[in-house]
Amino acid sequence: MAPVAPPGAPSTTDGTGIDLLRFAAIGSVDDGKSTLIGRLLFDTRQLADDQLEAVSAASKRRGVSEIDLSFVTDGLRAERDQGITIDVAYRYAATPTRKFIIADCPGHVQYTANMATGASTADLALVVVDVTKGLREQTRRHVCIAALLGVDQLVVAANKMDLVDWEPGPYEAVRTEVAALAARLGIGSCTVVPVSALHGDNVVAPSDLAPYYDGPTVLAALEAAPAGAWSAVHGHHVGTAARLPVQWVLRNGSARSYAGIVDGGPLRVGDKVMVLPSGRRSTVSIVRTYDGSLESAPVGMSVSVELDDDIDVDRGDLIATTDDPPMVTSDLEATVCWFGPHPLSAGARYRVKHTTRVAPARVIEVVARLDVNDLALVGTAELADNEIGVVRLTTGTPLAVDPYTTNRVTGSFVLVDEATNATLAACMVGRPPLAGEPGGG
Amino acid sequence: MTATDTALVPDADLLASPRGADHLDLLESHAIFVLREVAAESERPVLLFSGGKDSAILLHLALKAFRPGRFPFPVMHVDTGHNFPEALAFRDARVAELGEELIVARVQDSIDRGRVVDPGPGQSRNRLQAVTLLDALAEHRFDAAIGGARRDEDKARAKERVLSFRDAFGQWDPKRQRPELWRLYQGRVLPGEHVRAFPLSDWTELDVWRYIEREGVELPSIYFAHRRAVVERDGMLLALGEWVAPTESERVETTSVRFRTVGDATCTGAVRSEAGTVAEVIAEVASARTSERGATRADDRFSETAMEDRKREGYF
Repeated sequence: MAPVAPPGAPSTTDGTGIDLLRFAAIGSVDDGKSTLIGRLLFDTRQLADDQLEAVSAASKRRGVSEIDLSFVTDGLRAERDQGITIDVAYRYAATPTRKFIIADCPGHVQYTANMATGASTADLALVVVDVTKGLREQTRRHVCIAALLGVDQLVVAANKMDLVDWEPGPYEAVRTEVAALAARLGIGSCTVVPVSALHGDNVVAPSDLAPYYDGPTVLAALEAAPAGAWSAVHGHHVGTAARLPVQWVLRNGSARSYAGIVDGGPLRVGDKVMVLPSGRRSTVSIVRTYDGSLESAPVGMSVSVELDDDIDVDRGDLIATTDDPPMVTSDLEATVCWFGPHPLSAGARYRVKHTTRVAPARVIEVVARLDVNDLALVGTAELADNEIGVVRLTTGTPLAVDPYTTNRVTGSFVLVDEATNATLAACMVGRPPLAGEPGGG
Repeated sequence: MTATDTALVPDADLLASPRGADHLDLLESHAIFVLREVAAESERPVLLFSGGKDSAILLHLALKAFRPGRFPFPVMHVDTGHNFPEALAFRDARVAELGEELIVARVQDSIDRGRVVDPGPGQSRNRLQAVTLLDALAEHRFDAAIGGARRDEDKARAKERVLSFRDAFGQWDPKRQRPELWRLYQGRVLPGEHVRAFPLSDWTELDVWRYIEREGVELPSIYFAHRRAVVERDGMLLALGEWVAPTESERVETTSVRFRTVGDATCTGAVRSEAGTVAEVIAEVASARTSERGATRADDRFSETAMEDRKREGYF
């Protein structure tokens, strides 16, 4: 394990070469997510003195005798008064070689949309499970949503081990259950750590209270996880098929260049590309940023490109390399996490935002609902708030899509209420990628 | 350097790096993405610029996002009238150099029009800015205001979306934020509503300084150590000047200080510092035991949820 640096200590390399790992803390309400994040920040000395004083004062004011570390992230008045997390809190931690962006997600069912918000950009999920209660439906829902969102690495904190006197039985029970769930969801890596967030055992400092466990602490597991997994869903692609959703057209005299973030694979000068949905073909002549021209731009870089041919390219179009291009279609089957106040059913009209394109859409059919307990698809006519299902839609203009399991950017879209502009659903192109038999969890 | 006058130079470092981009590359790339999305999705965006370090970075990122074109938005300063002269001079010089449009919305005008009550000489006008800002957004029919706020600054800001919805009264409702999935930022609003956009959401104070060093971003001189007459008030070092005078019991000292933030001069504290260069500031920030706002903002000390309360009213 790398030594823990004081708050944001400068790296050995002057700030260069630091990588970035985003993780989301998920799990059921009261299992101790916020306390664990507070403990992680406290024990790695990421909290400033005035922040600690404020947390300490807030704890006292609410009659908590010891310092309540959950107040580190539960920053809203209503959260502290109710002792729950309502919306995602983002916190930051740094070691000499890694910056962590931490999304502390709410556990309540009614705030599932906020949990999905935190998990949609995560490279890894830190799942917190209360060993005295085991894996609850809400924990399963969270792990399921994280997996559907493409999170391929889990670090599981089997928490409150102090309440079971560090007996191996409850830990083993959680480990077995989580392993089965992860296998069913096709999650690549899963480390289950016995911890007490309250006392700090196995969070940052290794504990000798669990002699049956010889794996890493929570921090060590987070430090060892590969960064940048977000753009490599389930280890797929990161190959050659570059995509550039066009955000903005930059004009310089008569020259036009198309700005956006490179996705899928590096985009190179000389690449044969097509502009979708029109299908017009050309060749990349220039790739550049404000700082100069490049021969090749890696995934994740904001660039602008010029093409050899003067063809019509607008915001919302997708520039893709001609080998392995996305599918252009108006008919979509997608896995949908529904957050609307009214049930989702056939015939309803919404606005879709997909990459940089906006299009009207209509629900053709609600195909199935995903039962998060036995991970089986069940026939249904509608999806209620916070339910997950498979839905068929048709869009008013064709979209250039990839299956979500191969590309998180071109495989994702949201449904928006046309009247209020509220975001109602997170949608992933394709059916849920479930492995093995239902009920395996 | 502009995008038009550069030769075709392959970036060997980027190509060679097996791990790809580092954290500053990723933060920069994301911020540019946010700026372009807001510019494209909003009818009338505006970029808020105070002359402080975070908004100086916003201008730098706007160059990267939109040159060789002009910015697709004007730049606006909400001016409390209690400015550090260095910050004001920097603001004017920077905007003139860029050739972009500057709008100044003055708290004094809000006071003169009776929209807010002048808290009196020497008192902070920080909270009044919300009214001036909302009035200016309404007057110019802006539907997106891009700001330099960061989530690491405060526990209420830690909860806020990158694109944060404001209702027709300018209010932020932290219990009813729009879900924000992936990078699918959704900035559409109904007439009278607006969004605040925060491209630097995931940047920390240290990221900001490392980026300033890497990019050579210019800042007002008061961010670096200089000698100044100060008084200690409520545990903060306040600079003496036009709006801050010592009371009879306060001891004036002249010492080496710098500012970690630049805001209303009556409530922005200085810190004791010898850091005269960006590298020295980075070393200082990295080892600081006090948070940026904890050290320097009296307005956050009113109550446990001072920032949340101000934000609900429409503050930045």
